Amino acid sequence: MLDRRLIQNFDWLLFFTIILLTCISITNMYSATHALEKVGIKIFKRHMCWYGIGFLFFLLTLLFDYRHLNKWAYHIYFFSIFLLILVLVWGKISSGSQRWFKIGFISFQPSELAKISVAILISHIFSEMPLKKGYTLRELWKIFLFTGIPFVLILKEPDLGTALIILILSGTVTLLAGVKKSSLLILIITGLVLTPIVWTHLKDYQKKRVLTFINPNLDPLGSGYHITQSKIAIGSGMIFGKGFLKGSQSRLRFLPEQHTDFIFSVFAEERGFVGSLALIFLYCCLILRGLNIAKNSRDKFGSYLAVSISVLMFWQIFINMGMVSGILPVVGTPLLFMSYGGSSLVFTMISVGILMNIRMRRYMFNGV
Amino acid sequence: MLKSPDIETNISLQKRIIWIDLLVIFLFFILILRIWYLQITKGQEYRIRSEHNRIRLREIPAYRGKIMDRNGIVLVDNKPSYNLYLIPEEIEKPDALIKRLSHIIALNIEQAKKSLLHMKRTCAFKPVCVKRELSFDEVAKIEANKLLLPGVVIRVEGKRNYIYGKLASHILGYISWNRRGTVGIEYKWDKFLSGTHGGMQIEVDATGRMVRLISKRAPVAGDNVYLTIDKRLQQKAEHLLQDKTGAIVAVNPKDGEVLAMVSSPSFDPNRFVEGIDQKTWEKIVNSKNHPLQNRAINGLYPPGSTFKVVVALAGLQEGLINPDTVFTCTGKFPYGNRIFKCWKKNGHGNVNLHKAIKESCDIYFYNVGKMLGAEKIAHYAKMFGLGQKTGIDIGNERKGLVPTPEWKFKRFGIPWQGGETLSFAIGQSFLLVTPLQMAVLYSAFFNGGILYKPTITKLIKRSDGSIVYEFKPRVKSKLHINKKHIDEIKKALIAVVNEAHGTGQKARIKGITVAGKTGTVQLVEEKEEEETKIKEHAWFVGIAPAQDPKICVAAIIEHGGHGGSAAAPVVRELIKEYFKEYVGQKINSKF
Repeated sequence: MLDRRLIQNFDWLLFFTIILLTCISITNMYSATHALEKVGIKIFKRHMCWYGIGFLFFLLTLLFDYRHLNKWAYHIYFFSIFLLILVLVWGKISSGSQRWFKIGFISFQPSELAKISVAILISHIFSEMPLKKGYTLRELWKIFLFTGIPFVLILKEPDLGTALIILILSGTVTLLAGVKKSSLLILIITGLVLTPIVWTHLKDYQKKRVLTFINPNLDPLGSGYHITQSKIAIGSGMIFGKGFLKGSQSRLRFLPEQHTDFIFSVFAEERGFVGSLALIFLYCCLILRGLNIAKNSRDKFGSYLAVSISVLMFWQIFINMGMVSGILPVVGTPLLFMSYGGSSLVFTMISVGILMNIRMRRYMFNGV
Repeated sequence: MLKSPDIETNISLQKRIIWIDLLVIFLFFILILRIWYLQITKGQEYRIRSEHNRIRLREIPAYRGKIMDRNGIVLVDNKPSYNLYLIPEEIEKPDALIKRLSHIIALNIEQAKKSLLHMKRTCAFKPVCVKRELSFDEVAKIEANKLLLPGVVIRVEGKRNYIYGKLASHILGYISWNRRGTVGIEYKWDKFLSGTHGGMQIEVDATGRMVRLISKRAPVAGDNVYLTIDKRLQQKAEHLLQDKTGAIVAVNPKDGEVLAMVSSPSFDPNRFVEGIDQKTWEKIVNSKNHPLQNRAINGLYPPGSTFKVVVALAGLQEGLINPDTVFTCTGKFPYGNRIFKCWKKNGHGNVNLHKAIKESCDIYFYNVGKMLGAEKIAHYAKMFGLGQKTGIDIGNERKGLVPTPEWKFKRFGIPWQGGETLSFAIGQSFLLVTPLQMAVLYSAFFNGGILYKPTITKLIKRSDGSIVYEFKPRVKSKLHINKKHIDEIKKALIAVVNEAHGTGQKARIKGITVAGKTGTVQLVEEKEEEETKIKEHAWFVGIAPAQDPKICVAAIIEHGGHGGSAAAPVVRELIKEYFKEYVGQKINSKF
C-alpha cells in the first residue's frame, strides 16, 4: 500500500513542526492545569491521551489516497450534517449550549467534523468547475447552500465561533477561486442593506448580546473581565516570561477557562514575547507549508483541499489569538494544538494528515 | 512526467495562492505587533498589575421580592444584616488573625479556621463568611481595629425576614442558606422572587477593601408575590388552632381562592434562613407531631361523616332513593356475622334524607351504601375530586385515596368485604382525604357544581408595579348533577347547623346562615394485639352564607373528639371573623 516513493515524499518539515507544537502543548498544558490539583492532573493525562489518539488518526489518514475524499465529499458532508441535526435533538447540554455527544467517557463534537467536511466539499465543488477569471453568483449557489446549512445548524447550538469560522473559510476559498467583480459588489451591497434591516428586527436582549460581542466591556462580569485578566496575563510575561509554572495569573486562577480557550494567555505569561514569537513562527510555518503543498499539488482537488485546510487552520489560530489578546471579539474557539479538547485535537491531526497525504502523493499521477 | 490540461489550468490557481500567503503573513504580523504592544511596550505595567492583581468580581445580590397577603400587607421582606467575611489570600497567618478576631467578638474558632483553610486551597480570593448578623457593637469594634485585621471585611446583606414568625409558615415556606426557596411559595415562585444578581468588577487594596469601581452591572430586584390569603383571617385561624393538632382551610367557593390555610403545629421560618444546625433540624424532623408537614394539603384523614353528602347525592342521582325514602334506625345494622352500629345507641327511628344528614344517621347511609355498592361510591367520590390532587399552586400536595375492590385486591391480595362498603359509606374504611379536598368538595355543592383548582397566588408584580402573573379562576371540572338533588342536600346541610337535633348547632351564627356537616373519625390503634380506643378526629366543613356563599371552611382537629363539639366552634369563630371584616368594610365605605 505504501510504496517507497510515498516515504520519500514524506514531509519532514511539516512533521517536525507538529512534533514541536505537540511538545509545547503538553508542557504548557501541564502548567495550565497545575493549579487545578486533582482535576488538573486528570485533564493533563487526558490531553496526553488525546495526542496519542490524534497521532494514530494522523497516521491512518496517510494510508489512503486523498483523492478518495473527492469521491466521498458529499457522503462525508451529509453525514456531518446528520450528526449536527442529531446533536441538536439528542446532544448533551453543557453550560447552555448543545454541542456534544456523550458516548461512554468520550464527548464528541460534531461541529469539528463539520468544519473539515465543508472544507472537503467546497474543494470538490470548485475542482469540478472550470477555472475562470471570476464566477458569478449563480455559479456559486452550491457553495452558498452547503455553507449555509452547517452555519445555521451550528449557530443554533449555539456555537458562534465555529459557525463564523465555517463562513470565513468558505468566503476565503471562494475569493481565491475568483468572484466576478460585479457579483462581489452585489454581495457587499446586499450585506450593507440587510444589516440595518435585521438589526431593527432584533429583540433588545439579542441586540445587547451582539453589542457585548463587539465590545466585551459592556459585560464587565463576563467576557469583559476575562479579557482584562487575559491581557494582564499576556502583558506580564514581558520579554522572557515568568518561567515554567510561575505564571501567577494562571496559578491564582484569574484566567477563565485557562486550559481551553485562554490557553495562549498561560503560555504567553510564562514564556514571554520570545516564546509567543516562537509559537507564532511555528504556526506560520505550518500554514505556509500547507499553502506550499497546495501550490505543488498536481490536481485541482488537491490544491483546493490543501488551501481549504490551511485556511481553516489559519483562521482558527488567528481568531483565538486575536480574541485572547483583545483585538477580536470573544467568540470562544479553541487554539489548535494547544487547547484541551479531544474532538478539536483529533480533527486537527486529521487535517495535518490530509495535508501530508496530498504532499506524499504529488508524484503519483500518471498524467491522467 | 506529462503535463495534462488539468495541470495546465491548475497553475493559474496556484499562482493566486500567493495572495493567501501574503494574507497569512500580514495577519500573523499584526498579532505579533499586538503581543509586542502588550508584552514589551506595556509589559512593565502589566507585570506590576499581575503581581498585585487586585481586580476582583464581587456579586451584588438582588433584593428578593416581598410576599404580601391579598390586601397588600407585607408578610415577608428583607432586613439588613452585617456579615463578617475573611479573604483567604490576604491573610498571611490565619491562626493568629482568627485568635485576634475572637478576642474582639464571639466567634466559632474551629469552624472559621476550617472554612478559611478550605477556601484558601480552592479559591483564595473568594471571601468566606464566618459570622452573620453582627451587632452594631461588634461592627464598631471591628471597624476600630481595622488596621490590625487585614483581609477582614464586613458586608451588609439582605436577610430574609418572616415578619410574623410562624404565621402562614406552611404556605410561605422558607429559603435556605444559599438564598434559594426550599418549600412553599418561596420555592414555587423562586424564579420570580429571586431576581437577577448583579456584580461589580472592582479594584481592591492590600487588605481587600474596594478602592475603585471599574464597572458594574446593577442587580434586578425580584418580583413581589401577592397571596390570596387574608392575613387577619389567617391569624385568627392560627389562634383557633393554638395548642391543637390539625388543620383549617378557608376557600372562596366561587373561585377557589384560598383565604386561610393553617396547619398546626407550625414552625418559624426565620430559624431556617441562616442555615440550621444538624441537631435542631433532626429535632424538628423527628418531632412526633411533624411541625413541617402542611396538614391542610399533605395530611390524610378519613373524612368520616362529612363524606355522607357524596353518598346521599350518589343515591339520589342513581335513582336508588328519593328525598322521602325512609329507613328505620334502631341503632343497629346486622351485616354478615357483624353488627354495625349507629353513633346514636338507641337509634333515630324513621329517617328520611333530610334527617339522615341533619342528625348524621349512620344506619341510613349503611342502607344507601349497600344499595350503591363500593364501585359506585368510589365513582362519585372521584367525581368530586377525591383521590386526586386538587391542583393548588404550592407543592407537596397529596392525592389521598379512594378505595375500590380492585384496588384492595391489588394492594393486599384480599378480596373486598361487604362490610367494608358500609364503612366506606360513612367515610371510614380506607378512604383518605385532605382538608383542602373537603373544602373544594363542599364548595362545589354551593357554587352550582363547579370543582375549582384552588389558588393561593393572586398576583405577581414586578418591582416597577407591572403585572407578571394574575390569578384567574381555574375550573377543574363541572359536575353534571341534577340541581334538584343538590338543593335537597343543601337544605339538609343548613338544617345541620340551624335546626333542632342538628349535629352542627355549635356553628350557628346570628344573622348569617351557616351550612355545614360534622364528622367524627373513629380511631382504633392496634397495640400488642389489643385494640384500644383513642380519641376521635373531629371534622367540620362549614359554608356561609348558604344562599350566596362567600367562604367555605374545612377544619380537622386531631384527637379533638366529636366534630360537633370540637370542630364546629372553630369554624364558627373563623366565619364570624370573616364577616366581621366584611361588615366592617361596608361601614367604612359608607362614611
